[in-house]
Amino acid sequence: MTNTATETQPSGMQISDEVAIEIKNMNKWYGTFHVLRDIDLTVQRGERIVICGPSGSGKSTLIRCINALEEHQKGSITVDGTLLSSDLKNIDKIRSEVGMCFQHFNLFPHLTILENCTLAPIWVRKIPKKEAEETAMYFLEKVKIPDQANKYPGQLSGGQQQRVAIARSLCMRPRIMLFDEPTSALDPEMIKEVLDTMIQLAEEGMTMLCVTHEMGFARQVANRVIFMDAGQIVEQNAPEPFFTNPQSDRTKLFLSQILGH
Amino acid sequence: MADSKAQSVAFVRKTPIPQAPPPISEAGPLAWIRTNLFSGVFNSILTIIAFYVVIRFVMGVFPWFYNGVWDASSIRECKDKLDGLTGGCFAVLADRWDHLLFGFSYPPEGYWRIVLSFVLLMVAAAPLLFANLPRKMLYFTGFFPFLAYWLIWGGSIWVSMTLLAIIIATGFIYRLVAIQIDVEMRKIVAMGIGAICGVGLAYLLYLGASELSFIAGSIGTEGIVALIANKAFWAASIFTYVFFIPMGIFIGYAIYNSYEDGGLVSVVAALLFFGVAISYLVGPIWMGVNFILPIELEAVASRDMGGFMLNMVLGTVCVSLSIPLGIVLALGRQSDMPLIKGVCVVFIEFIRGVPLITLLFVANVMLAYFLPPSSNFDLILRVIIMITMFSAAYIAEVIRGGLAALPKGQYEAADSLGLNYNQATQLIILPQALKISIPGIVNVAVGLFKDTTLVSIISMFDLVGMIRGPIQNSTEWISVYWEVYGFGALLFFVVCYSISQYSQWLERQLATDHR
Ligand SMILES: Nc1ncnc2c1ncn2[C@@H]1O[C@H](COP(=O)(O)OP(=O)(O)O)[C@@H](O)[C@H]1O
Ligand SMILES: [Mg+2]
Repeated sequence: MTNTATETQPSGMQISDEVAIEIKNMNKWYGTFHVLRDIDLTVQRGERIVICGPSGSGKSTLIRCINALEEHQKGSITVDGTLLSSDLKNIDKIRSEVGMCFQHFNLFPHLTILENCTLAPIWVRKIPKKEAEETAMYFLEKVKIPDQANKYPGQLSGGQQQRVAIARSLCMRPRIMLFDEPTSALDPEMIKEVLDTMIQLAEEGMTMLCVTHEMGFARQVANRVIFMDAGQIVEQNAPEPFFTNPQSDRTKLFLSQILGH
Repeated sequence: MADSKAQSVAFVRKTPIPQAPPPISEAGPLAWIRTNLFSGVFNSILTIIAFYVVIRFVMGVFPWFYNGVWDASSIRECKDKLDGLTGGCFAVLADRWDHLLFGFSYPPEGYWRIVLSFVLLMVAAAPLLFANLPRKMLYFTGFFPFLAYWLIWGGSIWVSMTLLAIIIATGFIYRLVAIQIDVEMRKIVAMGIGAICGVGLAYLLYLGASELSFIAGSIGTEGIVALIANKAFWAASIFTYVFFIPMGIFIGYAIYNSYEDGGLVSVVAALLFFGVAISYLVGPIWMGVNFILPIELEAVASRDMGGFMLNMVLGTVCVSLSIPLGIVLALGRQSDMPLIKGVCVVFIEFIRGVPLITLLFVANVMLAYFLPPSSNFDLILRVIIMITMFSAAYIAEVIRGGLAALPKGQYEAADSLGLNYNQATQLIILPQALKISIPGIVNVAVGLFKDTTLVSIISMFDLVGMIRGPIQNSTEWISVYWEVYGFGALLFFVVCYSISQYSQWLERQLATDHR
């Protein structure tokens, strides 16, 4: 029923055989509530995965487990060859390799845009301030807001803030990017600017895991779409077959709800 | 071209017509009075009542000031001069000015030392209060406490300079060591520090135990008390060495494991080395240096401190100590480590459940029993410890409120960028939490400053103690009341109001979230 799609996309983005993330038989509970059940997932380097599913199905929890924002109780997660355990050193190592964008941006409101972007490189990577600022400006240009560098997050629109959040993650030069519904707190006219940024990132070969309901985005950049329900991976496939020929009834129901109107 | 045009026109206005004033019924004082004071029957009545109250008050108070006597040597002379008129006897302020400000036993030749300390305090506080001043001024801020201690208490300058030198040296040495050695070595160093810490604790306990047996011995050399005390002494000494040294090693190891980047370790290390060094090195060093290069001021004992100066000393020292302690307690209370959390919760809840005045009594009476007489544990120091603990508990709760107000997303964003606990706390969490907490912290600070007058109850002669005691009990000024307390209130008001104005200014400065 589940089949792993490895066919390359029309845009010519390459996937290597190198494994970026390997999740084996992972389980998580909140108290007695079994949020994630027997998750098995292997992500190749350069792969772009879209995760969708009904609200409460555990999508956020899954990607938050990958950078240890949540602790899993059973099974293993290996990121970039580092096994995620309760050892703080491994956690810090993984976190500095994995960037994350949140639904509500979570920029630091007391720091300027530039300071938001240089903070982690300076303190975690120990990069000199000047160099960190150059890197930050490079990525701010990339997300097309270099002129806002000295403003505070509160002075920017939602779409701009989310692009800053992406730039902030990129400044750490992560090898993997996680997105948790990056556009769902945005007004419709701002969604496109954020998606454009993400598409650009995908075209450059970044390994990406996106929780999103933007099916257009999934069609355009994903190698694989994963459907989750009730804490399980129900179905995964390349976008075309996933959308045109869903296998499970739950997927069909979900797709009819989300694409129906 | 322009010229010819101008000539061809009959009249050109060179200056704009001045704006005509609005009709008298729409603006000006009359309109203001009508809209603000008499806009309805009810408001008019309120206005009239308010005016009546204000006028009666001014009429009552004005002659008191206007007829006030500034030059007299006793209340009797004042009454004579007033000759039945209502009037304040402000002469008491002039006569006892020095006492009100500096207390009655501080040597008058040394008043300049206090004034100078006060002026320097302003300079030292400036870079902390105003972020746009050069950061280099912070060096002076760090130096100031040592200088002020010497200025106010006198004695040899080398006492406080030796302390300062030891602090700097321990910091430097640790930094050097921490940079030179690798991770495993650091672990061993941390354990060594822990061991020193353990020995230190053991030594303190040993002193306490010997003191206990000494007290018991002085109560009665024979009998059960002395016997118990003696046994307790031996038990304590053995216990200290078998228990505290391993515990010290364990603490060192635990510190190392939880904070591997060494930031906290270096602070703790510097403190501990300092603690040990202080007890063995300070005496010989300062005496030695002072022998070669004596720089001395007349020494003034703590019991001779008094007046508003004492309130300022207690207020400044306690506020500046209780804010960092409060931060540590607030963070500790949020900690995942049950032991640390437990200690902080118990401390905060205990202190908050006890009136400050009882803590002051403890400082005054009880601590004196527990500490060896030779330890020379100064009364002001004891009071400072108590007031600091008291306000730190309150500040901790205020800051905890600030921490709780931060969205969870801020912690997550910091975590997801790979910042460790220290970095996230110092760079992301505390700056925001403290900003939210400013009004609450200022509230506690202002309260603390006013509470310093409670020391008058444990017979210290601060401003209030000075008024209640030596001034009102003197034959010359036996029944002056309004004038002295009014003056005291004015002094406190000026300081507290300035603090509150500063905090409002600071809040506006820090408002970057544009909500
Ligand atoms: N901290 C938590 N404690 C208890 N239950 C939680 C917690 N976070 C999420 N949950 C529950 O776990 C389930 C999955 O949540 P989540 O991963 O956020 O879902 P999704 O992102 O797919 O909407 C939900 O039912 C949610 O109520
Ligand atoms: Mg979610």
